[in-house]
Amino acid sequence: MPKDSGIGASSKRREDVRFLTGQGQYTDDINIHGQTYVHFVRSDVAHGKINSIDTSAAEAMPGVVRIFTGADFEGIGGLPCGWQVTDRHGEAMKEPAHPVLAQGKVRHVGDPIAAVIAESLEQARDAGEALNIDIEELPAVVDMKAALSEGSATVHDDLGDNLCYDWGFVEENKGAVDEAIKNAAHVTTLELVNNRLVANPMEPRVAVGDYNRANDESTLYTTSQNPHVIRLLMGAFVLGIPEHKLRVVAPDVGGGFGTKIFHYAEEAFCTFAARQINRPVKWTASRSEAFISDAHGRDHVTKIELALDADNNFTAVRTETLANMGAYLSTFAPSVPTWLHGTLMAGNYKTPLIYVNVKAVFTNTVPVDAYRGAGRPEATYQLERVIDKAARELGVDPIALRRQNFITEFPYATPVAVEYDTGNYVATMDKLEEIADISGFEARRKASEANGKLRGLGVNCYIEACGIAPSNLVGQLGARAGLYDAATVRVNATGSISVMVGAHSHGQGHETAFPQVVAEMLGIDESMIEIVHGDSSKIPFGMGTYGSRSIAVCGSAMVRATEKIINKAKKIASHLLEASEADIELKDGQFTVAGTDKSCAWGDVTLAAYVPHNYPLDNIEPGLEETAFYDPSNFTYPSGAYACEVEVDPDTGKVTVERFSAADDFGNIINPMIVTGQVHGGLAQGIGQALMENCAYDENGQLLSASYMDYAMPRASDVPFYAVDHSCQTPCTHNPLGVKGCGEAGAIGSPPSVVNAVVDALQSAGHNVTHIDMPVSPSRVWAAMNS
Amino acid sequence: MYNFDFEKPSTIADAVSAMAAEEAQALGGGQTLIPTLKQRLASPSKLVSLSGIAEMKGVCEADGGISVGGATTHATVAAEAGAYPALAALASNIGDPAVRNRGTIGGSLANNDPAACYPSAALASGATIETNSREIAADDYFQGMFTTALEEGEIITNVRFPIPEAASYQKFEQPASRFAMVGVFVAKYVDGVRVAVTGASEDGVFRWTEAEEALSGNFSADAVEGLSVSGDGMISDLHGSGDYRAHLVKVLTKRAVAAAS
Repeated sequence: MPKDSGIGASSKRREDVRFLTGQGQYTDDINIHGQTYVHFVRSDVAHGKINSIDTSAAEAMPGVVRIFTGADFEGIGGLPCGWQVTDRHGEAMKEPAHPVLAQGKVRHVGDPIAAVIAESLEQARDAGEALNIDIEELPAVVDMKAALSEGSATVHDDLGDNLCYDWGFVEENKGAVDEAIKNAAHVTTLELVNNRLVANPMEPRVAVGDYNRANDESTLYTTSQNPHVIRLLMGAFVLGIPEHKLRVVAPDVGGGFGTKIFHYAEEAFCTFAARQINRPVKWTASRSEAFISDAHGRDHVTKIELALDADNNFTAVRTETLANMGAYLSTFAPSVPTWLHGTLMAGNYKTPLIYVNVKAVFTNTVPVDAYRGAGRPEATYQLERVIDKAARELGVDPIALRRQNFITEFPYATPVAVEYDTGNYVATMDKLEEIADISGFEARRKASEANGKLRGLGVNCYIEACGIAPSNLVGQLGARAGLYDAATVRVNATGSISVMVGAHSHGQGHETAFPQVVAEMLGIDESMIEIVHGDSSKIPFGMGTYGSRSIAVCGSAMVRATEKIINKAKKIASHLLEASEADIELKDGQFTVAGTDKSCAWGDVTLAAYVPHNYPLDNIEPGLEETAFYDPSNFTYPSGAYACEVEVDPDTGKVTVERFSAADDFGNIINPMIVTGQVHGGLAQGIGQALMENCAYDENGQLLSASYMDYAMPRASDVPFYAVDHSCQTPCTHNPLGVKGCGEAGAIGSPPSVVNAVVDALQSAGHNVTHIDMPVSPSRVWAAMNS
Repeated sequence: MYNFDFEKPSTIADAVSAMAAEEAQALGGGQTLIPTLKQRLASPSKLVSLSGIAEMKGVCEADGGISVGGATTHATVAAEAGAYPALAALASNIGDPAVRNRGTIGGSLANNDPAACYPSAALASGATIETNSREIAADDYFQGMFTTALEEGEIITNVRFPIPEAASYQKFEQPASRFAMVGVFVAKYVDGVRVAVTGASEDGVFRWTEAEEALSGNFSADAVEGLSVSGDGMISDLHGSGDYRAHLVKVLTKRAVAAAS
């Protein structure tokens, strides 16, 4: 019988009450007395030299408070990059300066040139139009291959060329991989594009900077997934504000999907300017502004080769990828195509030899960084597409080919430096075949054909590395931060509990799921526990939420802190019950003495901790509050198998997703309903990438898909009812909850099966189509059918 | 948005005088104009709202046709134009509920977006566009993308549609905007068939005359089978080539004929 409370219960999301009744407190809801508004004047050319900026006419406009340009930021730090990749030759990546406001050159459409602060937003915009900016347009670097060619214009002249790094992994394996491919019985080759995406969280980015001159304190309210990361990066590297004088608050945040991890220029600007003008400064992005200033995602061009022996065993994988960095290095951009991508190229398979080469390229486009999945979708897509193509070339069943090559023994050390602790890929595939009714497909295909439609079935597996990560490992890999997390459990006198967590909830449901864990451990009601997050002045130093890490890393810290609470509470109880501490048991919120009927309630102990009249003051301190920091010893490795069935309209090329099934292994699960919701959202984004979303630039670096008129977001009617199952559970062996993380799985696992299904549908009608690049739009399908 | 004056007259006559101001701009449902203003891409001195003019609202039947007031919303047409089912169906599928409850037929026809639905209905029906000063035949009204026969300050007060024997509108949506990537309206009258295509051409809505001739002789999908549409002059963009749009014109025409009732 399903539980109704604690770990494993589908407790209703308590935060939804305020979200659904319009009572969420988002950054834009914060208005401070004396607030000013900033409008950023942004480049409308992709690449240009700033000859001059004349602010005099604009400064005389009504309501203008101050106008800033790049010159005001000379001597102030630029935006730092949080990860340094070392290339194949042992050299550090090229790391260009990233000024808060453009200095000397503009490098992408949307690059901020000047910031106009006024009493109202409209006045700021009026004055922005009165700026006299002389920019000499330069040739734009857009296409990655062209960017690396001799004689290309350079995005950063001081770097000499547009290559950020040329990364090889594992470099020592390269010769053996080359040899294996040369000697293979069969090699399948596929060239593909992992399309550039715009994250499009429902809430655009917002920043409010405030400065208190009385105590020299700065506060930044911002739409961030990780307020402490922003405080560290902005305080230490950009503005030079010590931590005790800088507070960063990320209140309710309306979706992040990665794009709100990064430290952005607008945050630094509002914090800086508030101090300069001694007034609060507010910025709210318009949706149009979001398209040209939020970090984009994906944008890889890859060639992958899969080698097989005569028995169809995978013998080697070799890939070459061009990864777009955009015009500047966003906070974690260099890590995405390297350590979050190359380490996943084994997938679910025991391929013994793997070599991944990635060239990261600067272009005159918006910076590219992590977006839901970040590197892992790119790895999964190319691997699962090439396996499907190989199955077709060899005339074998694509599911059977996968099964034959599955890793079946754990722990498993891959040839790409990671060790999978647990998994059961056979079980998830079995479950998938059941929930997707694979055996019924042929009948459904016939029914579609009778309606004049082509039907296709696509299947894929995925593996991801979540719960990032052991700090000492990522430090060796170039991370400039630790990746632990922290929680403080504060038990109040009457027994209620506030848990201050370093993770940040921006849709994930932490306020519901985290209390379930503490409630389970203490045997008290979930409603007695509340989660506090998002305010650096209230919470311990944690690294925030991304990479499906919150419950695996921060949840583990919370468990550790709660264990400390239990230990201390038992000491107090042993005193109250006049029994040995070793005999004290805690169950259902009651402390009992083993083998007796003596007991006291949770509330008796907590009250004693704060009103210590009868208390072992000689031995322990009053109060009941504990903090733990948790640094994981490994990544977690969620995995699964997905199946997509599509119908293709042969007249128009339009693809509709008729069925989608997902069998996931997330290890132990805290709240099944929330996990299902996470999978649903991820699938919608993955299907969106596969069929619809396309962030496209023209050859001059103008963004063609700069609004929802041209950027196709999936809607409810574009996705089917999903069959989602997460009953296959191989618990993580190295964190206390045995959890793996579920936030990104849907987005990682779904694109390949959609494209595999479209190819299958077209082949069923005799079209010799082996690949169509995403998004598999109607026009692309039609072109493929008619090529 | 820049500052502007705002007037909301209650009669056509008052609207016409309000529109006499320099740089005045009529405001229908605002579903195109308001976003344009918000992006500061237009700066009218005055907005003259037509939504308070009772005599420009509603659908009525007259002389074997229906008459739709210029300020009638898509939702109202969808609900009340039952005498012309293909027109009601078209209106019921424009945009989303918010658009349908604000946007008006007059606003759509005056804007003449090359991907809008209504121009195809007006042209295929041989509708008559009535303004405050004259009547314009649909064949004379549409003059290219965002271009019409309307003079400065002229207001669409009413649109008269003769009701065909059979008609259907088939829309293939552009994946992002959900406007028509191609939309084809086929209308069969006693004196012949008219086929109007929206979304496809760089010149805006147009009549596919070869299909009209073929269908006037034989009103069946097979009649257009042998025809082809050239991709020259068709819109080519992120969402599809001119050739693809040309192909869709034929596909949708066949579907419209098959569905016409």
